[in-house]
Amino acid sequence: MTLEIIIFIVLALVAAVSSVMMITRLNAVYSALFLVLNFFALGGIYLLLQAQFIAVAQVIVYAGAIMVLFLFVLMLLNTEKEESLLKRAKYLKIFAIVAAVIVFGEVAYVILTANVAQQFSSIQPHASNGTIQSIGHSLYTDYIIPFEAAGFLLLAATIGALLLAKKKFK
Amino acid sequence: MNVPIEYYLILSAFMFTVGVVGVVIRRNAIVVFMSIELMLNSANLTLVTFSSFMGNPIGQIFVFFVMTVAAAEAAVGLAIIIAIFRNKKTVNIDEINIFKW
Repeated sequence: MTLEIIIFIVLALVAAVSSVMMITRLNAVYSALFLVLNFFALGGIYLLLQAQFIAVAQVIVYAGAIMVLFLFVLMLLNTEKEESLLKRAKYLKIFAIVAAVIVFGEVAYVILTANVAQQFSSIQPHASNGTIQSIGHSLYTDYIIPFEAAGFLLLAATIGALLLAKKKFK
Repeated sequence: MNVPIEYYLILSAFMFTVGVVGVVIRRNAIVVFMSIELMLNSANLTLVTFSSFMGNPIGQIFVFFVMTVAAAEAAVGLAIIIAIFRNKKTVNIDEINIFKW
């Protein structure tokens, strides 16, 4: 048990438990806060994977910007609490949970038996891969057109969101 | 890189299934949206894992674009939810059936 594995297990437990808590809380604000916790834990896992830029972006964009947007809308709409989760369409939901457990079991079985690690045993990962310098260099040279397209997409989304949420929509 | 790659992949698979269950069992449109974000994040985790283990930064660049699209999707989706709430006074997806006739 090295320190790295212990840190991973703690972060993974936080991520897993908070994701389950997120879908089971009846109050939507608690769900949002558990999702923030989940995003923070994922940011830590990205750091373990030596993806520094993605870890920072995860905390700023997801845990910061997107979740503030969600919480803002939740507070704005002030929706009532949901009734008990299994009240309506009970058998459909139980079936969905059972099916999800089976699918997860299958995927886990495939991952554990496929011997994924062997495929990567010859490759020596280097720490400079996920730095802001390396990602930024790729973004502004090889991927400049997708980068500009992403900017355009954000502009379009901003205008679309403004139009949709406007008071009088004609 | 002392943690085996399988651990990351299983965590990602678990989060994805939890997201799917969340979409099916929840009735609040905003929580359904948050479950979709959870699924996007588990896909991101897989991408970063393979990118990191292969020593190739392209997967992380892809995650950057996934984050951009997720931000755009959240903004537009929440605007749609606000517009629906203005008309129907609810975000319960059982009661929103404006496309049904």
